[in-house]
Amino acid sequence: MTIVHYWRAMWGIIGRELWRFVTQRERFISALVRPLVWLFVFAAGFRAALGLAIIPPYETYILYEVYITPGLCGMIQLFNGMQSSLSMVYDREMGSMRILMVCPLPRWFLLFSKLLAGTGVSILQVYVFLAIARAYDVDIPWLGYLWALPVLVLSGLMLGALGLLLSSFIKQLENFAGVMNFVIFPMFFMSTALYPLWKLKESSVLLHNLAAYNPFSQAVELIRFALYGQFNQSALIYTLVAFLVFMAVAIVGYNPSKGMMVRKGGL
Amino acid sequence: MKKLPLTFMLLMLPTWAAAETVYVTLEKDNALAVVDPLAGKLLNTVRVGQRPRGIAMSPDHSKLYIATSDDNTIKIFDAASLKEIGKLPSGDDPETFAVNPAGDKLYVSNEDDSMVTVIDIAKKKAIKQIKVGVEPEGIAVSPDGHWLVSASETTNMVHWIDTKTYEISDNTLVDSRPRALSFTADSQQLWVTSELAGTLSVLDTKTRQIIKSISFEVPGITADTIQPVGIVIDSQRRYAYVALGPANRVAVINAQTFAVEKILLVGSRVWNLAFSPDEKRLYTTNGVSNDISIIDLDSQTVTKSVAVGVYPWGVAVKP
Repeated sequence: MTIVHYWRAMWGIIGRELWRFVTQRERFISALVRPLVWLFVFAAGFRAALGLAIIPPYETYILYEVYITPGLCGMIQLFNGMQSSLSMVYDREMGSMRILMVCPLPRWFLLFSKLLAGTGVSILQVYVFLAIARAYDVDIPWLGYLWALPVLVLSGLMLGALGLLLSSFIKQLENFAGVMNFVIFPMFFMSTALYPLWKLKESSVLLHNLAAYNPFSQAVELIRFALYGQFNQSALIYTLVAFLVFMAVAIVGYNPSKGMMVRKGGL
Repeated sequence: MKKLPLTFMLLMLPTWAAAETVYVTLEKDNALAVVDPLAGKLLNTVRVGQRPRGIAMSPDHSKLYIATSDDNTIKIFDAASLKEIGKLPSGDDPETFAVNPAGDKLYVSNEDDSMVTVIDIAKKKAIKQIKVGVEPEGIAVSPDGHWLVSASETTNMVHWIDTKTYEISDNTLVDSRPRALSFTADSQQLWVTSELAGTLSVLDTKTRQIIKSISFEVPGITADTIQPVGIVIDSQRRYAYVALGPANRVAVINAQTFAVEKILLVGSRVWNLAFSPDEKRLYTTNGVSNDISIIDLDSQTVTKSVAVGVYPWGVAVKP
């Protein structure tokens, strides 16, 4: 195996994912509509509800739509990660996963390429969303858009790895509803995407703690700080560690001799 | 690439040139907050007397006048050392006052007595008391020194006092509870905010009649919480800025077309406003959230809010 094989395989996977993204216009639109509904409808309803407290990285009072914008960027990546996992399950049912997995390259590399492809798609969606948000007066410093890029790569990989991990547990497409109920919704609502931590603490310390240790919260905070040109070290370390753990477990999960595939009776 | 350091230095120059100090009276802390607005930092807090509210600088920026309401006096401070150097006989419970452009007279609203007191600053003496409407509050002197204007909150009237005779020569009825007044730099217009009506009236100085009434709308905010108070107009009469009190917003008004162009979110119960000397920034006192907000006027965005102490009321800027 030479580096050319790796390169060709990676672009094969990324190209397939991008092609799928471009041809499925409905998927792109629905991925955009979801956060936009939150921004235009939900945030409008809660405009004055955030109360008064200036929390970093903000230096003054902000409207609710400004607060939830980084959270909605995280939401795009969370759903994208789950969508990738859904397509993995679909691939497995259709048999194309078998073709991918028999490729004579290391399994971790194939999975990582798959992950990278999904992350690239999610970043495209995030930037289109941010452009629309700017037209809606959610002003972010211009450099913030640049600082957010490396951070979005990491958060996208972490949430994608979580999706991969979950897909290794799901046998059939029908079970995906369970993922929505038990993973996406709790992760999204028990996070700092929609409300700051101090606000959660007012109602429940347990909720506050769950949200504080939720990897999705950490990814959202990482994005939030980067958008305002600030660096949040603890969120970066937390997100990175979460990515490595999810990725490691997903690789084990996809190993036919050790992982979940054995119990499910192969690919 | 060689040009870069030079460009950078040129960019830095106006920042050095614009170094200024912001003074904020803290009604509950009985103190004066000293803020470096460019660094966005509270530098110092100095005790000044009981319940300080109205604040103004002498035109030569050497002295600071502060109405310490519960001490029933207006105190004079040296602007450099912030040491008290004198007191003026303001009458009971002084709140708002104005200094004339020459810097030798100070005019105080005596809310409880329905009077305006004229003080000779050098002699530290009250030289005249003028009977006005019930509960006078806002007070302003025209930049040409001709008019002294007092607004009485309960009578809903603006009283035009000729500074040569200290007699009322005209009155104008305005919307309910007029609160603050400001002349344009050319003295041709007087802008008056009405707290209860939620409006702003623009008066022509020549005719002393209302030429425009402006009302405010903030999406998601009920009309009764929109209570216009502090008002400032830039020296070119391009924009006027109005503090909307419990609506926690500052309205940006095009001073030529009278259109409300933008509404900016600041802290809670925004009260009084002051420009930086170069009119590139605006400082707001936010009474309930205990901070001041700094607005960049080029981009018309709020850049920072700085905690200063309990109940910030008035604001003055020293170049």
